[in-house]
Amino acid sequence: MNASASRLSLWLLLTPFLLWIVLLVLVPHLQMLRVSFQVRESWDTLAWGLEQYQNFFSESYYWRTFVRTGVMSLFTTFLTLLIAFPIAWYIARLARGRSKGILFLACLIPFWASELVRTYGWMILLRESGLFSSWLQALGWVDGPVEMLYNDVAVIIGLVYNGLLFMVVPLVTTLDGMDENLVEAGYDLGGGHATVLREVVIPWAMPGIVSGCIVVFMLTLGSYLTPILMGGKDSAWFTEQIFTQFITRFNWEQGAALGVLLLVLSSLMVWLGLKLTGQSLRKVMG
Amino acid sequence: MATESDLSCNGLIRRFGKTAAVDHISLDVPAGTFFSILGPSGCGKTTLLRLLAGFDKPDEGDIFIRGQRMNDVPPNKRPVNMVFQHLALFPTMTVGDNIGYGLKRRKVPAAERRKRIARVLEQVGLPGLEQRNPQELSGGQRQRVALARCLVLEPTLLLLDEPLGALDLKLREQMKVELKHLQKQFGTTFVYITHDQSEAMVMSDQVAVMKNGRFEQVAPPEELYREPATPFVAGFVGDNNRLSGEVVTLADNMADIRLDNGEVVRGRLAANGLSSGDRAELYVRPESLMFTGEALKDGFCAMQAKVLTTLFDGANSRVEAENGGQPVFARLPQDGTAPRLTTGAEIRLAWDPKLARVYGAGQS
Repeated sequence: MNASASRLSLWLLLTPFLLWIVLLVLVPHLQMLRVSFQVRESWDTLAWGLEQYQNFFSESYYWRTFVRTGVMSLFTTFLTLLIAFPIAWYIARLARGRSKGILFLACLIPFWASELVRTYGWMILLRESGLFSSWLQALGWVDGPVEMLYNDVAVIIGLVYNGLLFMVVPLVTTLDGMDENLVEAGYDLGGGHATVLREVVIPWAMPGIVSGCIVVFMLTLGSYLTPILMGGKDSAWFTEQIFTQFITRFNWEQGAALGVLLLVLSSLMVWLGLKLTGQSLRKVMG
Repeated sequence: MATESDLSCNGLIRRFGKTAAVDHISLDVPAGTFFSILGPSGCGKTTLLRLLAGFDKPDEGDIFIRGQRMNDVPPNKRPVNMVFQHLALFPTMTVGDNIGYGLKRRKVPAAERRKRIARVLEQVGLPGLEQRNPQELSGGQRQRVALARCLVLEPTLLLLDEPLGALDLKLREQMKVELKHLQKQFGTTFVYITHDQSEAMVMSDQVAVMKNGRFEQVAPPEELYREPATPFVAGFVGDNNRLSGEVVTLADNMADIRLDNGEVVRGRLAANGLSSGDRAELYVRPESLMFTGEALKDGFCAMQAKVLTTLFDGANSRVEAENGGQPVFARLPQDGTAPRLTTGAEIRLAWDPKLARVYGAGQS
C-alpha cells in the first residue's frame, strides 16, 4: 500500500471517532458551557455573567440537592462494591466451567429490560400494595400495609441494583487473573482471612475496584429515572433539577449551569478517587 | 511418635473420587535434612506437599511436625512455609515488604523487622534490594526472594514445589548447587518435590521415588542409583536398558537369564520369589556397558548387538543398538577407547553382572 492510500484508510477509520468526539461530546458541552454564562436580560437580549452560578450558591435548595446527590452516589458506589465483591469472587475464583458462564449471564439478565422496566419491577415489590407488604401482612408481622417506596433507602436499592453489573464485570476480570498461589502464600506466611484480603487480594484487585467504582459513581450521579420514580417528594436528585430547568421552566441558562456543575463534580470525584488509591486512568481502564 | 524427626507421616491417604492421589504414604524426615520427593507428573507429589502445607486435608493418616499432630492446624498456624512453583511473590509489594509480610504477622516491631529483612537478603546474596519490585528482578533473583521470604520466618520445615522448573538450564544448574548450600547454611529441613531426577540426586540427603500415590523407594541418591528396589525406580532414576528373557538358573543371589535371541546373560537378583523358567527383566545401565572384542574380563558376561545409530553429545555421547529386537543404549567414551562404529556393525557389549539387576517380569 502506498503512503497516500494508507493515509486515506487512516482518515476513514478515524472519521467516526472524530465525528463522535466533536459532534456528540465537544460541541454540546462547549455550547452548554457558553449558555451557562449567559444572562437573559429580557426576552431577546442576552449578556455575559455569573448569575446562574450565583443562584446555585445562594439558593440552598440547589446546592443541598447537589451535595445530597454526591454523598448518596458515593454511598451507593460503596454499597455496590461491598455487594459485588463476594459475587465477583465467587464467579472468578470458585465457580468452574459452565456454572461460571451461567452466573455471569445471570448478572446480565436484568439488563435485557430497560432501566424503566427494572425500576417498575422494584416498585411492584416495594409499594404499599406490593408483594413484600402483603407478605408481611400475611405472616402477621405487621397490622396494616407498609409503604417501602418513596424514601432514600428505596432509591439506594434501585441504584445499587442498576450499578451492580458494572461493578461485577471489572472485578471478575481482575480477580480472574490472580494467581491462586498468591492467596495460599498469604495464608502460608501466617496471615488470617482479614490480612490476606487486606494485604494481598484488595491490592491486586485495586484496578478493578477503582474502574468499577468510577463507572458506578458516574452512572449513579447521572441517573434520572430511578431516583425520580422510587424517591419520595423529599428525595430530590440533582438531575431532576436540571430536567426542571430545561423542560419545565424553560430556563436553559440555569439548566446549563447546573449541568456544568455536575460535570465538574463527577470529574473531581474521579480525579480524587484515582489520587487517593494511587491508580492512574490508564492502568484502571486497561 | 518419634520426636527427633522434623516431619513424620503415617498412612496418609487423600482420595479424589475413586482414585487415591496419595495412597498410604508414611515418611520420616530427620531434622536438618534435604528430603526430595521425585516422581513423574500426576504421581501425587503436589497433593502430598499440599497436605503437608495444610492447604488440603488427608482422608486418613496423621501428620506430625516435631511430634505435634498437624492434621487440624490451619496453614497459617503451621511451622511450615512453602516456596511455590511460580513463587507467588506479592506483585503489589516491594521485595522488603514481601519478606516482611510474615514477620509483620508475627508482630515483630518495625526496626527489628528491617534488620532481619536486611540480614536474610544478605544471606541469599541480594543485599540492599529491599525497595525493588519483584517484577524488576531476574528469574534467579526472584527465586532467592521467595526463599528469603520463607527462611526469614525460621520455619521447622520448608516445602519447595518444583521451584526451579521455570528457570533456564544454566541457571537451574547454578541454583541447584546454591539451594543445597543455603539448606546447609540455614540448617532448615527441606522437603523438595520435583520430577527432575538430577535435581533430586544432586541436592538431597534422602530421595523418595513416588508413583501412583505410593513411595516405591526411599533412599539416599547413591543407593537409589545402585540398588533400585523396583523396576520403576531402575527405569526412572538414571538411564537404564531393559532386556527381557527367561530365568535359567539362580545361584548366590545371581540369576542367569536367557534373552529372546538365545544368549545367556547375568545379573544380580533384585526380587524374591523368582524361579527358573519365570519371565524376568534385566536392567543394565548404559554406563555399565563396555565394548569388547572376543576377550572378556573375568566374571563379565556379554551379548551381541547391532549398531542402529550413534548419538554424539560430547561427554554424553551414546550408541543406539539392538539385541534381538530389544533396543540397547551404551555410553560412547570420548577418550579414544571407543571403536569406530558404523550403522549395521556387530558389536559385543560386556558388563559386570554385579552392576545389572534382575526383576520378575510384570512387576513394574
